[in-house]
Amino acid sequence: MSVESQLLRFTTAGSVDDGKSTLIGRLLYEAKGVYEDQLASVQNSSVNRSTGPIDFSLLTDGLRAEREQGITIDVAYRYAATPRRKFIIADTPGHEQYTRNMATGASTADLAIVLIDARKGVLVQSRRHAFITSLLGIRYVAVAVNKMDLVDFREDVFRKIETEFMAYAQSVGLKNVAFFPISALEGDNITEPSARTPWYTGPSLLEHLENVDLVEARNFTDLRFPVQYVNRPTLDFRGYTGQLASGILRPGQTVMTLPSGRITKVKSLPSFDGDLSEAFPPMSVTVCLEDEVDISRGDMLVDPDRVPHVSRRFAAKLVWMHETPGEAERDYLLKHTSQTVRAQISKIRHRIDINTLAEQPANKLELNEIASIQVETRRPLFFDSYGQNRTTGSFILIDPVSNATVAAGMIEESTAESLEPLKLGSLEFSGETEATVTPAERYKRAGHYPATVWLTARQDLAGMLERKLFDLGCYVHVLADDRESHLLPELARVLNSAGLIAICSIASPDPAEAQRAQELAGDTRFLLVDPQKLPVHDEEASEVLMKMLEDRGVLRRKERFEVGEGI
Amino acid sequence: METRILSHLRALEAESIHIFREVVAEFSNPVMLYSVGKDSSVMLRLAQKAFHPAKIPFPVLHIDTSYKFEEMYEFRDNLAKELGLNLIVHKNQAALDAGANPFDLGTQKCCAQLKTRALLDALEAGGYDAAFGGARRDEEKSRAKERIYSFRDKFGQWDPKNQRPELWNVYNCKIEKGETIRVFPLSNWTELDIWRYIEVENIPIVPLYLAKERPMLVRGSSIIPLEHNYPVKEGEKPEMVKVRMRSLGCTYCTGAMRSDAETLPQLMDELVQFKRSERENRIIDHDTEGSMEIKKREGYF
Repeated sequence: MSVESQLLRFTTAGSVDDGKSTLIGRLLYEAKGVYEDQLASVQNSSVNRSTGPIDFSLLTDGLRAEREQGITIDVAYRYAATPRRKFIIADTPGHEQYTRNMATGASTADLAIVLIDARKGVLVQSRRHAFITSLLGIRYVAVAVNKMDLVDFREDVFRKIETEFMAYAQSVGLKNVAFFPISALEGDNITEPSARTPWYTGPSLLEHLENVDLVEARNFTDLRFPVQYVNRPTLDFRGYTGQLASGILRPGQTVMTLPSGRITKVKSLPSFDGDLSEAFPPMSVTVCLEDEVDISRGDMLVDPDRVPHVSRRFAAKLVWMHETPGEAERDYLLKHTSQTVRAQISKIRHRIDINTLAEQPANKLELNEIASIQVETRRPLFFDSYGQNRTTGSFILIDPVSNATVAAGMIEESTAESLEPLKLGSLEFSGETEATVTPAERYKRAGHYPATVWLTARQDLAGMLERKLFDLGCYVHVLADDRESHLLPELARVLNSAGLIAICSIASPDPAEAQRAQELAGDTRFLLVDPQKLPVHDEEASEVLMKMLEDRGVLRRKERFEVGEGI
Repeated sequence: METRILSHLRALEAESIHIFREVVAEFSNPVMLYSVGKDSSVMLRLAQKAFHPAKIPFPVLHIDTSYKFEEMYEFRDNLAKELGLNLIVHKNQAALDAGANPFDLGTQKCCAQLKTRALLDALEAGGYDAAFGGARRDEEKSRAKERIYSFRDKFGQWDPKNQRPELWNVYNCKIEKGETIRVFPLSNWTELDIWRYIEVENIPIVPLYLAKERPMLVRGSSIIPLEHNYPVKEGEKPEMVKVRMRSLGCTYCTGAMRSDAETLPQLMDELVQFKRSERENRIIDHDTEGSMEIKKREGYF
């Protein structure tokens, strides 16, 4: 193992008799992850279940209780290395009631090995493993068709499994699936091609593990830096620390802070080993900013041109992990990146049968069940869908009474944009409009984000701002409160969801209305301007407002509009 | 385009730093267990990196059985001064005054009093809600299933059947008063990773890890260091042997091994060739099969 070798995390899924422990034991042995004395202790073991050659499975079954029962019951981590790569192996049980453990092992994995017994073919459990692999967003799947020695290394047996599994894999959205005809017990196609499978021309399993592409999977474009801890050793040093989830950080770069929406620049990236010129995921770094901005743990630095969703409501898939069932409208703590907030499951949409993928109605969630749900949090979260970003798209639920971790959640693609339920006269808009056009698509076309500007007693200014924004190419509309003023917040929200900038021109101040409008628009997309603080001249005042919209990241920088970049 | 990919060591480093910061941000009174060994040395470096330019923002606790090597005490005190550590040394003084020693008590009882008991007492006395430890999952089978945040009840006990699931890098820090979390930032490091990192980072370690001629007592396959009035049997004589310590515990329980590895690269070559897991030379683990798991249930780190 060289100093420059890379890290591959993989998980293994298989059932009790698929020979999973034997395969891992074999990989550890071949990749020198086993020490001589551990091997000796296996040979001496009081419960050595098999006779004959070394029982590799005893290398991996850890705890006493398991050794007595003869099954693996919890996630165990193993380590192996070749000169090219270091492997972290999450060895997870494939037994039906242990979906929890499989999800746990899969959560950090780049690759999953799914074991299939060549004699038995694709079983219900193999499908289950494929589904959980897809649910937890694992990029690569290696299907190890094991015990080929017991079917005389017949190609037709292997091909049949390949065809059948592939069809299922595609239906659950798995890409990058590779198949390996192996015998874990006898070592065929584990480290090198086996002479007993002349019809198989692909790499051995270990070669595959050494070569899967680790860079392609990374996201270097959407900056997401959840602030973990503010480091303030002296009055003149303020460093925001955290682990980069995606994107790149460089000194001089423009960033937006959430939830404030302030725009600032990276001043430096100080480290124990000197200032860094660049940081990329998954580095843990310290960021110093140009401006004095108020940032604390739970805040996030993002790319102003590619902001995450900011909302208190979203849809998610949930794996329930506790004996106490999960229920809607109960209080939980939700931990998402470095933020912990009070939350409720506002609605259980349906439970998913992991064997048939059938959607079933459900009132509560039992241990090891998977469901599609709606979540509502006390404070807004900054998130992406799990498919786009594993860090900003994942969360856990904690029971506030027992402190147990009760569920793991994956935030879904935002086809259903979760908005505040709306009432407009007799019309009712549900919070769950199934949007075929996403906010991201609207942004792409408009070149700006939606926003609500709340202006009091400045009718002319409202018109001037509208003109300026329109001339810049923005979609914008003034709402005046001459009639039905109590509906302004809702109307502004409707314009926002169509991607527009709404300028609300109010005759006399009404704090309750303003607050309602802010709730509906979301903190970062709401601009409340104190009339006392705006320049009296409309021309100057409109410039100030334009600048504020830029600082919030609603508009792209002016200069970019002029060169027309990316619009 | 230049490839932006971290080496496995830097990826492990980033993960560990994230853990350190998470604990300091979420717990009110964390402490780091410091054994003076190589893993502790790596933990200190990672903590320095996590909080640079600040000093390490938590105390460092050494459970001292008083049966450690003289070189370890010297090393510890010098390092503490150099890094400006808030070093706390705790001994089970009552047991020591009553004459506790490994020669009369046997290793299990001695360890229970001078290590496990002392540790639990020290954690309680300090009112710590989180304690960093340098354990790694590759060390021993029972550790392979250990969480990074390992929950301990108010008696300091670990229940392997009832661990919190741990997903992604989202850790659950919620505990009640009296309960604690043991945190293992080096969980995913292997012995070889530790040595490589020490080499790459030029981290100071106790010289006992490297081979040198030392006066030893050779008894069968065991090579025993002669410190703390080790009871020598009739006819036994110390001899100069070129040895190194694979891991550093108390002098009585740390078996030495013959070695010519005077430098880190030589040491790693030996490791790759010999492939003997490092705790093997610690007498304590071999008392009964699965003995580490039993000790952990009782509160041993």
